[in-house]
Amino acid sequence: MNAMNMREPLSLLPLRVDNVVFDAGARRILHGVSFDLDAGPRTIIVGPNGAGKSVLLRICHGLLAPTSGRVVWNSPDPPHAPRRQGMVFQRPVMLRRSALANVVYALKCSGVPADVRPYRGLAALARVGLGAYADHPARVLSGGEQQRLALARAWALDPEVLFLDEPTASLDPGATHEIERIVVAMHTAGTKIVMVTHNMGQARRLGDEVLFLHQGRLVERARADVFFKSPRSAEAARFLEGELPW
Amino acid sequence: MNDFGAAVTQAAGLIASGDAQLVDIVLLSLRVSLASVVFASLIGLPAGALVAVARFGGRRPLIVVLNALMGLPSVVVGLVVYLLLSRAGPLGRWGILFTPTAMVIAQTILITPTMAALSRQIVEDGWDEYREQLRSLGARRFGVALTLLWDLRYSLLTIVLAGYGRAASEVGAVMIVGGNIDGVTRVMTTAIALETSKGDLPLALGLGIILLAIVLALNAAASVVRDAARRRYG
Repeated sequence: MNAMNMREPLSLLPLRVDNVVFDAGARRILHGVSFDLDAGPRTIIVGPNGAGKSVLLRICHGLLAPTSGRVVWNSPDPPHAPRRQGMVFQRPVMLRRSALANVVYALKCSGVPADVRPYRGLAALARVGLGAYADHPARVLSGGEQQRLALARAWALDPEVLFLDEPTASLDPGATHEIERIVVAMHTAGTKIVMVTHNMGQARRLGDEVLFLHQGRLVERARADVFFKSPRSAEAARFLEGELPW
Repeated sequence: MNDFGAAVTQAAGLIASGDAQLVDIVLLSLRVSLASVVFASLIGLPAGALVAVARFGGRRPLIVVLNALMGLPSVVVGLVVYLLLSRAGPLGRWGILFTPTAMVIAQTILITPTMAALSRQIVEDGWDEYREQLRSLGARRFGVALTLLWDLRYSLLTIVLAGYGRAASEVGAVMIVGGNIDGVTRVMTTAIALETSKGDLPLALGLGIILLAIVLALNAAASVVRDAARRRYG
């Protein structure tokens, strides 16, 4: 067992979030959230506005430091080493260069040798259906195309874990469907998916398990089919009723 | 008022005829100010970008000082450079006082803080938009500063123009370290000051018109470039 670990790089996962508290000024956003994330199932985080979903995602990804509590990866990335986790934001931020150059930039940040960057970049663009747009300036692509580009940029790095923060919040149904297809494909290729969404249809389509956050607390964690059929907590039941009027 | 009208007419004649003295003065002005802007850009823009993305002790006071230096009086810069370059000064051995080189040095010192302060502002605003994405990708601080400089290059054009405007229009520094020597270090602003005090209004006005025209043309060109870039890159 130890001999194998010497050769194989240790997995990032499982991730242990241990009693994480986050204060923004005087306001407490997260009140001691704890859970483990294992490799495998697609994890969807849902909850009403202001529940602290986006903050939680950023703390897991290391963009915010918790006020107290810990985020412990099984084998964390050493400082300055290429990151094995990516994140896709609600509004993609593209550099003022071509679509391909944006993916190449991410590969460069990740320490990929210069000569293989264009190939990996083009392959990633092709996987999200943007192969024909490699030379287009990224910022003039449509919202849906930019979000696919953001996914290509993340996928090119082959992350073990991908965090998504409402990636389809401002997209139409067609573009949303495309994004979901790519997320499923990335998951099939071996990436752990952790996604925040407001779209309950999307949560049903993509979720294997659901974390329900309410007012900064993890109120319920369940398999997706169970959660949507018969939530255990009153908060989740009320939330689902409000979100799904039919 | 009649004097003014006559002076304008004569000035137009001077410009139209391509008066040799006038052309020399204009060309030297362009060389000095453009060289200063190039050096000040190479130093000031990256320095400003680094201050924008870096976190270190004394950053706030440094920004205050940087912003204050935008109002640096050009005569003070001229005086300090004069003292450094004069024969008895620490750099007196170079023997470059009263040469265009000295003027470039003085103007570079004059406008570098302005360019650094403005670049700091623009890059910091940009950084707010890019921060999470670039940190998520694991970009390093120094690389981030260069990335932002390049990504905001069309906004930075405005800074370069502001720097050029300040260099081309200042008179104190080039007067002191250049000496306004005819045919050697006489530039548009020092010539205007001299000719006005001598009473040769047509030459002074002609130079003034050209100075304005150059700054206007540069701004127009930059505006075209910026608009084209915005359409192309979003």
